[in-house]
Amino acid sequence: MALNLILLVLLLVAGIWTVLTTRLVRSVVGLALVSAVVSILIFRLNSPLAAAFELSVCAGLISVIFVTTISFTQRLTAERLEERRKERLGKYWYLPVILIIFGILLVVFKPKLDFPLPQVPSEQDTRNIIWHMRHVDLLGQILIILAGVFGVVILFKEPKK
Amino acid sequence: MVPLFVLIPFFSIIILNLFPKKLMQHLSFVWLGFLSLAQVYLVAARPVWFWDTKLELWNLLFSFRYSVDVITLVMLLCIGIVVFISLLASRAMISDVHQRVNFKNLLLVSLIGMNATVLVTDVFSLYVFIEITAVSSYIMIAMNKDRLGLEGAFKYLILSAIATVMMLVAISLLLLLTGNTSFEAVGAGLAGAGNSLFVRVSIGLFLCGLFIKSGLVPFHGWLPDAYSAAPAPASILLAGIVTKVSGVYVLMRLAISVFGLTPSVQALLMFIGAVSIIIGAVAALTQTDFKRMLAYSSISQIGYIILGVGCGTKLALIGAVFHLFNHAIFKSLLFVNAASVEKELGTTDMDKMGGLTQRMPVTGITSVIGLLSTAGIPPLSGFWSKFIIIIALWQAGNFGYAAFALLASIITLAYFLSMQRKVFFGKLRSGLENIKESSMGLIVSQAVLAIITLVVGLIFPLVISWR
Repeated sequence: MALNLILLVLLLVAGIWTVLTTRLVRSVVGLALVSAVVSILIFRLNSPLAAAFELSVCAGLISVIFVTTISFTQRLTAERLEERRKERLGKYWYLPVILIIFGILLVVFKPKLDFPLPQVPSEQDTRNIIWHMRHVDLLGQILIILAGVFGVVILFKEPKK
Repeated sequence: MVPLFVLIPFFSIIILNLFPKKLMQHLSFVWLGFLSLAQVYLVAARPVWFWDTKLELWNLLFSFRYSVDVITLVMLLCIGIVVFISLLASRAMISDVHQRVNFKNLLLVSLIGMNATVLVTDVFSLYVFIEITAVSSYIMIAMNKDRLGLEGAFKYLILSAIATVMMLVAISLLLLLTGNTSFEAVGAGLAGAGNSLFVRVSIGLFLCGLFIKSGLVPFHGWLPDAYSAAPAPASILLAGIVTKVSGVYVLMRLAISVFGLTPSVQALLMFIGAVSIIIGAVAALTQTDFKRMLAYSSISQIGYIILGVGCGTKLALIGAVFHLFNHAIFKSLLFVNAASVEKELGTTDMDKMGGLTQRMPVTGITSVIGLLSTAGIPPLSGFWSKFIIIIALWQAGNFGYAAFALLASIITLAYFLSMQRKVFFGKLRSGLENIKESSMGLIVSQAVLAIITLVVGLIFPLVISWR
């Protein structure tokens, strides 16, 4: 329980830092940290495969893509950075406040969420679900990748002169 | 053979992209035209060889659980028609060969996404295909890479992401509650779970996500920007069918077949529907941009559909589905009119137009048919669907909502007459003397949609049984 609480607090801190920081690389590190903590939480919920996916894809692959993209951009000047910091604080100051209020409300009202959860049959392994039970969703995954490829070609490829 | 509605377009994308680009642009036009028209034929004629034959061998390799009812058929029909019209418009409006090929690829992805959305019987699969349709829409809106297009796509992306999170959380909660994601299991699980906080939160989150996808007030912020900034063929597709499939249809399907129309869900839907009708209509009244005015008008008309769904009686649901079909047709028609005007004048600012019917008679006349149908003027198709919704509301004792829906039609007529006066009627504005009727693709599109609006309106009283 204590470890879960520590992880959840870490998740919130990393999430807020990701939004508030003005440096893109720091923002990516914050996002990777969020994913890493989520992976640990998923692992603790007895879903090791889902945790491995989250860690490798969200914390690993996506961070690498972000950092590669950022390496093509230029850094802002010190004055512009300060301006951005103030702008961002002005825009998102309420996020931590909302979270604290939401936390206080949860502690005060203690909503009853004691519903019976179904037992997941042991033979329903993730691999079995993906490859045998959800063909249609696999087709959807392929289509999302195709749409992404078309998106990159349309939006990022410069036409030949 | 119903899964072929998804599988043939899927394999088409892969095969068509193997051809050289020059050949592909002609081939994909013909093939996509054939696919969309075949879809219209298969739904309208319902040949037994297609609907009753099972693909046994294919089912061993690829399991696809689907269901087909009247609502599914209406949606498949609308998808076929609007995709065909958007394809014709792309031929006329997109001059660059590469962009034209790219648009057709996205149109195919969107076609698969929409067809699968209306066929699947599982909430998670539903979410997957809504997302596929949405991703292709973001790219279509931004494909010209101009500032407005990118802004419109970004707004749609951000609000859609919020909707996605809401729906995904709702699906997770429903999975926790029922142990499955099929419509049947979720429906049965919810029926047995009573009215707990958990059930209310999951249904509430799902509905809010779908309100955003449908562009209903107060979640409509993305819609006017996305519709008005998108290239014309994408606007036609978005306004004609995409929002209806990924928002309105899913909302209707889940409310009827999965969540059940409980009194609280009904009250929420009717309230949101009524607010959307009035805010959309009043906002449309104040617009000076042709496409933005049509976008706000869409919000108002979708409000009528949701009002019908919220009423929940059999007659109201018939009216809602019929209005969904009509709106897909006449809103596509009005967006093709806007595309015609935009192509010839290079602007959609209504203050720079006037007397265009003299130079563009087909566009002018068909726009009158579109506007009269939207405003619910007899004997056009829009009149019958609105009439059924209002009668159903009255019969169910919702007198206030019925009167409200009737009065809002007057505002609809007001903003469309104002548009007609500014754009098509009156003296030809100086500087527009050299304007001519737009290309054949757009003329055919307008004529087809106007004929459907007229014919459906004229034959409806002959085929309907009022008992």
